[in-house]
Amino acid sequence: MTQISADLHDLTVAQLAALLRERKVSALETAQHFLTRGAVHAGLGAFLDVQPDATLAQARASDARLASGTAGALEGVPLAHKDIFVTRDFASTAGSKMLKGYISPFDATVVAKLGAGVPGGALGAGMVTLGKLNCDEFAMGSANENSAYGRVKNPWDTTCTPGGSSGGSAAAVAARLTPAATGTDTGGSIRQPASFCGVTGIKPTYGRASRYGMVAFASSLDQAGPIARTAEDCALLLSAMCGPDPDRDSTSLDAPAEDFSRSLTADLAGLRVGVPAEFFGEGLAPDVRAAVDAALTEFEKLGAKLVPISLPRTELSIPVYYIIAPAEASSNLSRFDGVKFGFRADKYTDLNDMYLQTRAQGFGDEVKRRIMIGTYVLSHGYYDAYYLQAQKIRRMIADDFQQALKVCDVIAGPVAPTVAWKLGGHSDPLADYLADIFTLPASLAGLPGMSLPVGFGAGNLPVGLQLIGNYLQEARLLNVAHRFQQATHWHAAKPQGI
Amino acid sequence: MSLSAADIDRLAHLARLGLASDERERLRPQLNDFFGIVEKMRAVDTTGITPLAHPLDIMGDVALRLRDDVASEPNQREANQRNAPALENGLFLVPRVIE
Amino acid sequence: MNTTVEEKKPATKSLLVRGYEVVIGFETHSQLSTKSKIFSRAPTAFGAEPNTQACAVDLALPGTLPVMNKGAVERAIEFGLAVGSHIAPRSVFARKNYFYPDLPKGYQISQFEIPVVHGGAVEFYLGDEKKSVRLVRAHLEEDAGKSLHEDFIGQTGIDLNRAGTPLLEIVTEPDMRSSAEAVAYAKELHKIVTWIGICDGNMQEGSFRCDANVSVRKPGAELGTRREIKNLNSFKFMQQAIDYEIRWQIEELEDGRAIQQATVLFNADTGETRAMRTKEDAADYRYFPDPDLPPLVVAPEWVARVRAEMTELPRVMAQRFVDDFGLSDYDATALTQSREVAAYFEAAAKACGQPKLVGNWIMGELARRANVDEIEIGAAPVTPAQLAQLVTRIQDGTISNNAARQVVDVLWSVPGSDVDAVIEAKGLKQMNDTGALEKIVDAVLAANPKNVDEFRAGNTKALNALVGQIMKGSQGKANPQQVNDLLRQKLVS
Repeated sequence: MTQISADLHDLTVAQLAALLRERKVSALETAQHFLTRGAVHAGLGAFLDVQPDATLAQARASDARLASGTAGALEGVPLAHKDIFVTRDFASTAGSKMLKGYISPFDATVVAKLGAGVPGGALGAGMVTLGKLNCDEFAMGSANENSAYGRVKNPWDTTCTPGGSSGGSAAAVAARLTPAATGTDTGGSIRQPASFCGVTGIKPTYGRASRYGMVAFASSLDQAGPIARTAEDCALLLSAMCGPDPDRDSTSLDAPAEDFSRSLTADLAGLRVGVPAEFFGEGLAPDVRAAVDAALTEFEKLGAKLVPISLPRTELSIPVYYIIAPAEASSNLSRFDGVKFGFRADKYTDLNDMYLQTRAQGFGDEVKRRIMIGTYVLSHGYYDAYYLQAQKIRRMIADDFQQALKVCDVIAGPVAPTVAWKLGGHSDPLADYLADIFTLPASLAGLPGMSLPVGFGAGNLPVGLQLIGNYLQEARLLNVAHRFQQATHWHAAKPQGI
Repeated sequence: MSLSAADIDRLAHLARLGLASDERERLRPQLNDFFGIVEKMRAVDTTGITPLAHPLDIMGDVALRLRDDVASEPNQREANQRNAPALENGLFLVPRVIE
Repeated sequence: MNTTVEEKKPATKSLLVRGYEVVIGFETHSQLSTKSKIFSRAPTAFGAEPNTQACAVDLALPGTLPVMNKGAVERAIEFGLAVGSHIAPRSVFARKNYFYPDLPKGYQISQFEIPVVHGGAVEFYLGDEKKSVRLVRAHLEEDAGKSLHEDFIGQTGIDLNRAGTPLLEIVTEPDMRSSAEAVAYAKELHKIVTWIGICDGNMQEGSFRCDANVSVRKPGAELGTRREIKNLNSFKFMQQAIDYEIRWQIEELEDGRAIQQATVLFNADTGETRAMRTKEDAADYRYFPDPDLPPLVVAPEWVARVRAEMTELPRVMAQRFVDDFGLSDYDATALTQSREVAAYFEAAAKACGQPKLVGNWIMGELARRANVDEIEIGAAPVTPAQLAQLVTRIQDGTISNNAARQVVDVLWSVPGSDVDAVIEAKGLKQMNDTGALEKIVDAVLAANPKNVDEFRAGNTKALNALVGQIMKGSQGKANPQQVNDLLRQKLVS
């Protein structure tokens, strides 16, 4: 027992689930082990809230279910949630001062499905929540530097960013503080931090996972997904997270829940991998390009065929995304007015001043910038020129993908133009926007996309490969990623001092 | 196009953001830099293209799901008001509203 | 939202006020009679403890999302069919963005570019002139909460129980030309929504809230600038408020001042309208399609099903009364003011086969008494069967109209009495037995030779005196016509 628990944190979700099912280790000692590790590595800034009593209570409940034979698919395996998901047992801040200490009266659907189950609904996966993970305020950012609760350090180089907005999730998984974490992806917020931290993450098709209980950033783009160390683990978590939520989310797809592990080991012979020319322009750093090219060669070795494709509006996805997402955000964030919940300024002269002060003090700079952009593009006289024009190009971008996917099965390319940059390295907010260029197109189209580690670049920082599939093709993406991880070791690499 | 100080004031008011003057001054060039890269997008010919309001539209004709008219939410005022800044007798309090 | 489209509409003689033509359009917020809210499962019942019927969705707690109530859509379809509108096969929910403490999300989910109901018209009688007010649209949206200003020093209390109650906002063309026509329209609309049961129509509780857009202009001129009178919650105030507003606008113009577009409130105590503190940014609601709600699709089959299950509409029923019972349009309309009256009329008319008489009695005697007792005719102590019996007795000459009124006296005070028994007991039967009558006539003639001679001498007045004597002798039961005939026979012979 003890020598197992000594390196429990090196085990994958699949391995831990097996040990727990065989009762070789208890959910309680597993939870205690990870809580201890979390405390030791608190300096990374990954966790925003831990409630050991709540975690251990969940673990005991898991042990009871394991004993009584009513265990869920991932019973007792620890997990941590991006602080965008609201939870009963932990504060939910969305990385914002606006929601300091906010306690939700309900759990997000994804949280419930991964845990004990939706009240009155089916049994959940039975995972145990370790706590809540740091992120950019309202998920707006690419470096996790927009959190009201401090930066997160990249476990591979603590002077670098873990990426964002799910920076806490990627860093915690990379540092083995949790076997897996949830994230949310609006314009790349799962794929880019996974890439920067050398872990595996997937954003499913828009509508696969319920948005109920996700603090809304951009409703037509937000999507939940898992971050773990392997594609196999991501498949297990995704299977537990997805499925229709007709009672709570009108945009959740009717597509039934799937076992995304079913075809993990399928042969890649004849697989057509589309390589978009626009992802390999001069904007792409040579070290990243080298790692990505090597990965593509590896796929050829596995029997895949590389097919050159074009996504001609890749660059346009930046303005299109940064008009649509802020427009929706400016409206979604209007509920933060100091009336029903959350922060209210202490000093104000009247109602209007209460609004002005509360929102000025409660929101950080990036959030304010996006609210201003969104308000502008929706305002009278500008709607057609900006918002409507962006929506038209959004359709063109989605159509481009459908054209491309006629000649290939999956699309492969870099996740980001560079490896993780230094904390504070982007003084100009526009630099962050431009760095999202490779993840935005799939987000705008609502397509599934994932990131898997394929090597290291400058400063021995991880490089991720992005895989994009057609709608509802997550199982295919995970299969491709899994076969790659069977043939390579990048996903197993471990940061120094961890 | 470029945002004037008056534009910034108007937007800040619409969005109820009480920005300090230095904040407005910092914000203006940042927003104008951003709208610089937007110009490319405005130039694109989109005649005859239907706006895509939602990715669901691409995945097929998705219709709004309708639920049956059943009132099943219990009263959870206490839990729902737990995070309220100001309450009295179950009411949310705000500075006097003048009509 | 309102439109000021002014097409050529069927020419109605528009009455001028001090040389100005009055132009009125209506926006009516009708609360739909669903059990649960439009986007949440919280109950909609009126009068609960503050915020006990405001669930997480209604409070806009982080992470909550809207899920549409089928019952609200169904009611919108029913309304559209009731006023001959087009039901949009695909309509879109949009967000109307503005800050107000009783608007929890900071935006209202409404319909903007594509509402679920387009067009249609509301038809009604103003006096005996038939009017038709065209509808622009009717769209679904959510109600806001309530602000309570009274009880808290310097502060306002917010109750969000009402937030998320389904509303159907019904918008007319500016087709009305007088306060009377506007009130008649509002009453007819109220009748329709309560008749088909999509709204309880309770104006005090705010279930049926009317906003009137009022402007004046010289005949033939462009539409004048309108002012919107908000929340007219009684028909009485509606008329007062609009009349005041018309006078006010005309005086402004006469004094050379231009009308500023504004939202005004009616103060029932002073009888005046007063401009509200305008939301400065009211002009910029930044509408955009709500990304939380895919388009609302209404299949033709659904519309057909609703149509098939719908109750007979007042105007259809009125037409049937005209066709089957030979009533005038006016009477038929009057008898279809409410389902209760219509049902009452139809039952009585069928039972006695005298629809016109039944109609007259309902609109006359019964309406008068019900009015005195402040009850609905449907609740009158006189049942349709009793009225039918009474009308039959008038028709077959058993009793006179006067006698019938006395019968109603009894039926009203002693519910369940038998009509014939009352006629017997009160001895109200008319005397139709000629033999008995002749005896009285002869007796009276014998007793009054003077009158007889005067009549024969050509003084017709003398006849009246004799008739009076005979009626007296018969204790009023004699049939006056019969008495006249008999007298003439006897005196002329």
